[in-house]
Amino acid sequence: MDPARFTRVDATTWRIEPYGAMRVPAIIYADEELIRAMDDKVGEQAINVAMLPGIVQASYAMPDAHWGYGFPIGGVAAFDPDRGGVVSAGGVGFDISCGVRTILTGLKVADILPIQQVLADSLYRQIPAGVGSKGAITLDDIELDAMLVGGAQWAIERGWGDPRDLERIEEQGRMAGAKPAYVSHRAKERQRREMGTLGSGNHYFEVQAVAQIFDAKVAETFGLAKDDVVVTIHCGSRGLGHQIGSEFLKEMVVAAGASGIALPDRELACAPINSEVGQRYLGAMRAGINCALANREILGHYARRIFAYFFPNHELRLLFDVSHNTCKVEPHVVNGKRRDLFIHRKGATRAFGPGHESLPAALRPIGQPVLIGGSMGTGSYILVGETTGEQKAFSSACHGAGRALSRHAALKQWSGRKIMDELAGQGILIRSPSTRGVAEEAPGAYKDVGAVVIAAEHAGLARRAARLRPLICVKG
Amino acid sequence: MSQAAAPIARWEHFPHEADVGVRGFGASAAEAFEQAALALTAVVTRIPIKPMISVAVSCEAPDLELLFVEWLNAVIYEMAVRGMLFGRFVVRLKDTQLAGTLWGEPVDVAHHAPACEPKGATYTALKVAADNDGVWSAACIVDV
Repeated sequence: MDPARFTRVDATTWRIEPYGAMRVPAIIYADEELIRAMDDKVGEQAINVAMLPGIVQASYAMPDAHWGYGFPIGGVAAFDPDRGGVVSAGGVGFDISCGVRTILTGLKVADILPIQQVLADSLYRQIPAGVGSKGAITLDDIELDAMLVGGAQWAIERGWGDPRDLERIEEQGRMAGAKPAYVSHRAKERQRREMGTLGSGNHYFEVQAVAQIFDAKVAETFGLAKDDVVVTIHCGSRGLGHQIGSEFLKEMVVAAGASGIALPDRELACAPINSEVGQRYLGAMRAGINCALANREILGHYARRIFAYFFPNHELRLLFDVSHNTCKVEPHVVNGKRRDLFIHRKGATRAFGPGHESLPAALRPIGQPVLIGGSMGTGSYILVGETTGEQKAFSSACHGAGRALSRHAALKQWSGRKIMDELAGQGILIRSPSTRGVAEEAPGAYKDVGAVVIAAEHAGLARRAARLRPLICVKG
Repeated sequence: MSQAAAPIARWEHFPHEADVGVRGFGASAAEAFEQAALALTAVVTRIPIKPMISVAVSCEAPDLELLFVEWLNAVIYEMAVRGMLFGRFVVRLKDTQLAGTLWGEPVDVAHHAPACEPKGATYTALKVAADNDGVWSAACIVDV
């Protein structure tokens, strides 16, 4: 995008004042280079979101923002139900509650290196990933509904998890207000055999090493030291979330028209929060969140089982689990008043600063771990939420590197086999059923995750605690 | 990225920053829908699919563009719940009602080496129209 389209507030804050049908400004947090690299559609989509009824304060885009559906990916917007605010299926996205969890292993890089190949093969064989993979779990109707209400708590009760994980998962592992009755039969059918599967695309299961510490005190509180090994899992609500998203998108196009909401883009399909469709979507979407939380808990359990085979005396402890595609009711202070707002984060991470009441006692003095997935070659970051994030973007931060090139362009530029060989030369083992899939997810197809997290830090959204480099990456 | 040029019936992929666009061309809207479904399968694999099993689907929507999204979502649904890939499609349209038949085979990971999994068809870059020569095209971005 041309930076001249924006008013530059400071080095990482770019603003478009309301014009036309915009109700609030659009604000993008990024440095000038990231702004220049963003597609014009990011600005257009942030402006479109600013036109929706009941939006509060501003339509935000994070430093990793890219062209999405209706909302930009990396978009954040808050809506007030008492002022005609809406909930948008497009604003949550198809992969409801897609997110990341990072698990501490208590191991060092030197422990992994002698068994790196065999561990990679073992993970690839045992973590169901990609089209055609088969999960080990089949749920009947009663168990499906119990999962949709219980989330990670349900998984733990069934023996697929550790109760100590719950305080390290958003909503303590169980999203309240889930209504399985509002989830269609087709959505449930898509999920019946999908629990404990990774999916494909940008989803991954990685074994990573702590490569760099930026903040010693935060890293120590998080349990991270240089050369420690962690496991990071990126996936979401699988077929169920996609089906809920698709079905409500269609219904909300009609509902928006019936409510007199002029949609600047059909993908922004929405309904008033205080409407029958809005409430039904919220009930189904919250069930989708629980599905994602249960799925990541089960995959975490698989990680524990596989690591226990190689390292019987090491315990895997969850550092944190964050969700990226959600709409959640949160209290926020606007113009000095505390209001319950419906915060849409579409490809953005909740990033609570120190002292937040929802954080467990061990993390509260420091702030929330904010887990940022990079590409398989360049690594990932662990950030910590900042108090300033509340005013900046309702305590939100970026979620990944963000794509710089389309899959189409990546495929033209790289060979998957060559990338796997090059990364193996750097000590990074890739396991995937498809070399084409690897090419589409090539490290060069993503933005510089380092620049993204520095921009987030300068903008006061979250600050860097540690950088991780991949050792093993399983992709679907 | 498109299959070898044919007179009218053909498909292509077009770029989107995070995902992929599918576009089918045909002498009728129905044929364009069929071709776009072939483009959808090509998102997953380029290996030819054997027409071993047939599956019937039906859907409807308020207009032809929304019907196209419904059609692709119906194919995605059958792929997901049956663990199949489809390589042949027949679409019959009556106003904004669709009846379709898909032919395909179960996914064989070693054989098909699936690159990624379509999650849902979207309203982004959605267009179903005929050009001045009467060639229909049907396109949208698919979330993968």
